[in-house]
Amino acid sequence: MKEFVEGSMAIAKAVQSCKPGVISAYPITPQTHIVEELATMVADGHLNAQFVNVESEHSAASVVLGASATGVRTFTATSSQGLLYMAEVIFNIAGLRLPVVMACANRAISAPINIWNDHQDSMTVRDAGWIQMYAETNQEATDLILQAYRLAEDHDIMLPVMVCVDGYTLTHALEVVDFPTQEEVDRFLPAFDPIFKLDPKDPMTMGVLAEPSCYMETRYAIHRTMLDALEIIPRVAGEFKKMFGRDSGGLLKGYRLENADSAIIAMGSQVGAVCEVVDELRDAGQKVGALKLVTHRPFPYAAVYDALTHVKEVAVLEKAISLGAEGPLFSDVKAAFYGKGKAPKLSGFVIGLGGRDVTKDSIRKVYRLLAGKPVESEFIDLNVEALKANG
Amino acid sequence: MAEATATKAPKKHLFVPGHTACAGCGQAIAAMLVVDTAGPNTIITNNTGCLEVLSTRFPETAWEVPWIHSLFENAAAVASGVEAALKFLGKKEGINIIAQGGDGSTADIGLQALSGMFDRGHDILYVCYDNEAYMNTGVQRSGLTPFSTNTTTSPAGRQSLGNPLPKKNMVGIAAAHGIAYSASSSAGYPQDIKNKVKKALSKRGPKYLQIHVPCPLGWRHDPGQTMNVAKLAVETGLYPLIEYENGELVNVRKIKEVKPVTEYLKAQARFRHLLAPEAAEQVKLIQAIADENIRRLGLKA
Amino acid sequence: MLVPITSKPGSARANKTGAWRTGKKPRFIHKNCVACRMCATICPEGVVEGDVKNTFGCDYDYCKGCGLCAAMCPKQDIEMIAEGEKL
Repeated sequence: MKEFVEGSMAIAKAVQSCKPGVISAYPITPQTHIVEELATMVADGHLNAQFVNVESEHSAASVVLGASATGVRTFTATSSQGLLYMAEVIFNIAGLRLPVVMACANRAISAPINIWNDHQDSMTVRDAGWIQMYAETNQEATDLILQAYRLAEDHDIMLPVMVCVDGYTLTHALEVVDFPTQEEVDRFLPAFDPIFKLDPKDPMTMGVLAEPSCYMETRYAIHRTMLDALEIIPRVAGEFKKMFGRDSGGLLKGYRLENADSAIIAMGSQVGAVCEVVDELRDAGQKVGALKLVTHRPFPYAAVYDALTHVKEVAVLEKAISLGAEGPLFSDVKAAFYGKGKAPKLSGFVIGLGGRDVTKDSIRKVYRLLAGKPVESEFIDLNVEALKANG
Repeated sequence: MAEATATKAPKKHLFVPGHTACAGCGQAIAAMLVVDTAGPNTIITNNTGCLEVLSTRFPETAWEVPWIHSLFENAAAVASGVEAALKFLGKKEGINIIAQGGDGSTADIGLQALSGMFDRGHDILYVCYDNEAYMNTGVQRSGLTPFSTNTTTSPAGRQSLGNPLPKKNMVGIAAAHGIAYSASSSAGYPQDIKNKVKKALSKRGPKYLQIHVPCPLGWRHDPGQTMNVAKLAVETGLYPLIEYENGELVNVRKIKEVKPVTEYLKAQARFRHLLAPEAAEQVKLIQAIADENIRRLGLKA
Repeated sequence: MLVPITSKPGSARANKTGAWRTGKKPRFIHKNCVACRMCATICPEGVVEGDVKNTFGCDYDYCKGCGLCAAMCPKQDIEMIAEGEKL
């Protein structure tokens, strides 16, 4: 059924339909509306869940860890500083192979403090062993929540999943979202069937001390599982499409890439603006296209290669920077072509940090800059005057 | 007197031999008493520390109950999640949830999560095994290290007589949350541990039990003297055994014959620096702490 | 892929810590024992067991020789002897 709702509400409704048993979160802008909606649903009896108000994000993640270990479906949400504060729990949850699902309302990282959107937060934990997927629209955010539980709880995966949603740009934007019925969700998402759990009837010890003789295999196992997920993610997206008629999720999606000479690869809400510029430039006779990356971890090297190998010039447009090196997505995309005979000219652009608007003018500029020398992590739209003031 | 009477030992321990605790470890004694008293319908969450490391080196575990270790400071929060999950499943009745950790993970790094657990009213017993330093990492000073103790980060030296800071009143902090039960016990009094665990688990809501557990390695005493050292701490008034219910002091263990603190100090090499004549004034300060405990809590029989 | 990262309950029993003893082990004299069970209660390894008076003993496969049982027996009915000595 279609409703005109704020992104946070869409995510909350998606979570509600997945019937988690324990929800725990700590307030942080711009995730707050999501958990406030869920709290209201619980208070009104529209969601049967234990809603645990904790005293920090570290504890929010620890609560869902404990609940997931007890065999119950869980949910949490955070952003920015909150994600960093719970970072060690994030790694812990993946290491324990617990299928927690989280919505990360992407926001910039302090210092200086900035509450607006970019991808630095989720990027900082990309090594943790979580599947990370980026929504372009609130519809996709809704759909990704459902797919996230399916993926996380798949016995061939059993890893946590982070659905990344641009803070404010998506969370606080109103959009028409088509919600599945509860009956449809129940058909798509079976009940959580844990492989192991804390139960006095079948005691076991979890969270063991692993000496050098056995630790490495646990990391290999997670890595191997994430590589296997590269096949499961598109399969689940395919099932979702069959059931709901929408192309949400998956690894990536090309836009007018056939016979494209140049292309931009990007994640999240800015993809919409990129595609609009593609249409404009195509109308003007330019052979341009775009590649929307949905899954950032595991990184779909082969799929990226296949999608872009015929393109002459590719720009990575990302909302993050690995300070002192280059944009993390730029590094990942370059690696997809390393050692392969045919590779596009690759350029890296950093845009929109701290919520600075990604405008169509900027995107047009990127397509123009593509024709020149390859670019190594250039920052787009810097305020040159402000830079001068800092000497 | 209660210690000499017959007490029924459990048919089967829920904390089994083969763990790698040091010989004479006070924490091993206490942990076994706690889980045996709680029984098999118990789920334990455990902070990083001696107990966790010595009992769960993969693939061996000394625990016969469901047990999970996550991080250093979050056992109270993980337990909160376990409790919420059991409530959701309608299975909480009859299952004890115990969160446990050492003094460092309880009073220092884990204080926030513990306070949150108290605040939210979860039906969980938190047990703090107090060996008065970060023993697992090599005897560093914690918030529960007593005044003037020699630890590796508060060493006695030419310009120092050990830890200059007082022992944090963790039992009082827990009680100030208004929880159903907050108490202290000691490895020197095993029946007291059993009684207090049983009493705690009979109450609903958050409970706190702090157990003084001598560490032969960190305190430097003979492993066979663990219980005698623990008793001396109580008999000098340095480690009061007290009970709070809903924030009110309801019971203390009276000391029949108060012993001078020097008897306790000379039993452990971690206080060796206080035996020198130059340290006499410092010893008076420690005696004053004991005297004040006795006065404030009414410990004299 | 999921390699085992959980442990089966009580599997620590595979580790025979009796090998830790560095010279002394307890002898249960079985003369003045009153079956107070203190030894069974406080053994950190949990390996002292007994029933009625003068039936208490320990599992030397795990005993670490800490000496707590001998130190705490109210009847001095447990003594620490040299490892090589016969019980």
